[in-house]
Formats: sequence, C-alpha cells, structure tokens
Amino acid sequence: MFASASREFRAGVLALAPLLVGVMPFGMIYGALALSQGLSPAAALAMSSILFAGSAQFLFCQLLGVGAPLTVTVAEVGLLNLRHALYSAAMAPRIAHLPRRWKLALAYLLTDEAYAVIARREAADDTGPYRHWFYLGAGLALWGGWQLSTAAGVLLGARLPADWPLDFALPLTFIAIVVPLIRNRTLLAVAAVSGIVALVAAGLPFKLGLLAAALAGMAVGWRLAGGVR
Amino acid sequence: MSVWLTIILCGVVTFIIRLSFIAAEGKVAFPPGSRRVLPFVPVATLTALVIPDLLMPQGTLWLAWDNARLMAGLAAIAIAATTRSVLWTLVGGFVVLGVWPA
Repeated sequence: MFASASREFRAGVLALAPLLVGVMPFGMIYGALALSQGLSPAAALAMSSILFAGSAQFLFCQLLGVGAPLTVTVAEVGLLNLRHALYSAAMAPRIAHLPRRWKLALAYLLTDEAYAVIARREAADDTGPYRHWFYLGAGLALWGGWQLSTAAGVLLGARLPADWPLDFALPLTFIAIVVPLIRNRTLLAVAAVSGIVALVAAGLPFKLGLLAAALAGMAVGWRLAGGVR
Repeated sequence: MSVWLTIILCGVVTFIIRLSFIAAEGKVAFPPGSRRVLPFVPVATLTALVIPDLLMPQGTLWLAWDNARLMAGLAAIAIAATTRSVLWTLVGGFVVLGVWPA
C-alpha cells in the first residue's frame, strides 16, 4: 500500500513540475507587486497560504491600491474564484469515498494548475485506489512552488524599479488561461458579452463593473446552453 | 488591522467555494440547471478583468496604435492561442509592452 501511495504521490509532483516554470515567475511578480501596493512582507506571504490563488492575490493588491472597502474586495475576490466551483464539482464524485480530512486538504489545494494536471491524468487513466495521493502530490507541488516564489518576490521586491509595469502580468496571465478555453461559439459569445459589459461599466467605482460583466457573461452562456431546462 | 481581516475573509470565501461541491456531494441538491453555468465562469470572469486593462489603461477607451498595452495584449492573445503556454505569453506580452513606441 505504501509503495503505491508514494508512487502516486511522486507521479503527481512530477506531473505538476513543468507548470512551475510558468507559475514561479508569476509568484515573484506578485510578491513584488504586493509590497509596491503597501502590503507588509508578512501580509504578502500570509496571503499566499491563506488565499492561495494567484490571480485573486493580484486583484487584491490592485483593489488595495485604489482603496476599495472590505466588502467590495471580498465580493470581487469571491467572484473571481467562483471558477473553482467548477473544479470542485468535477472532483466531488472522485473523492466522495475519502475521509473528511482528505476532502478538506484537497479542497484547499484545488487551483487552476492542480486541476489541469488532475484532469489530464483522469482522462488518460482513472483507475487505481491510491489516486488521491496523486492529487495531493500535484496540489502540494504547486503550493510549495507558490510559497517559495512569492517569498523570493517579497525579498526582491524592494530592489525592483517602481516604474516597471508589474501589474501587466495579471492580464497577460489571464490571456494565457482564457484564450485556450474559448473552444466554441458559446464560449466566444460569453467572452464578447463580458468584455463589452466590462467596458461599458468600467466607470463604476472599485472595479464593480467586473461583477456586472462577469455575471452578464455567465448569464449569456447559461442561456445559450439551455437555461433551467 | 482591516487588511488582515480582508485577507482572512477572502481566504474563507475561496475555501468555501473550493469545498462547495466536494462537501455537498450526495447531501445537497443544487437547483436544476445551476451546474450548467459552471463551464462559463472562468471565461466570463477572466475576460471581464482583461478587456478594460487593454482598452482602457488610462480609464477611458483608447483604440489607437500608440496604446502599448492593447498591442502587447493582442500579441499575447496570438501567443496564447498558438503556444498555450503561460510563460511564453508573459514573456511575449512584456517584450511587446517594452519595445512598443508609446
């Protein structure tokens, strides 16, 4: 048993490792950006383990920079992370048989990258009683890489010139995630609607246009996919 | 410290979202059709964040050749579509942003 569990764990770590090449520079940029927006090094590091969501941590820094109130920040971070409900729904039947501590741990470690690796494995091979060790390996590999790289960014942050456009890493990363996702006309329509509403509603304070645009895009996709049916 | 409180609340909300379907499996019935919105959530939220950053970098619509962020974003879209790599998209986008005459 221990042999198969550790083999699965190692396979999960190795499957995730290539993604760290993209994630770790992003983590370093986050660390530097967090300090430039006025977060303390301790808060910047703590956010990486409490929130553990790169894009949301970037958004948090931007909202901090424009002085958004607590409720707005929590609502927008929650909305941005709502996509994790998609991964949660996909994982639920696979880990339904596990003890609660496993469910809590795997839920905490559920990110875009970990889910991408798990989904690829499940598509190729969804057998094996110790698969959850693979999930844990993938999740912990990303967690470790994220903590290390944000710590490096916090250390380097003070030495980076203030006029470097570090914030541009956020839209660039989202472009890298979203463009490959737009595989059909429905998803293109969702992107078009949320993009247009985001422009029209951009005048709202504290990026509240983001809420309106994301909800409009979801509503259009839901409707095109058949609504309540 | 309200920054710490905000971080903790954001973390709690995010954890609840990640746990949602995992914890509810076999216990709670979600409203009919609610799962059908899930595939659209990533595209809807991330596009809503990106588009204003490219087209309104100064707060108003700026559709012109000298909008370096727009040009860098278009380059990044082309790179993401062909390479599907986060790293190359970041590198390409930052290079175009850096060299584009603004």
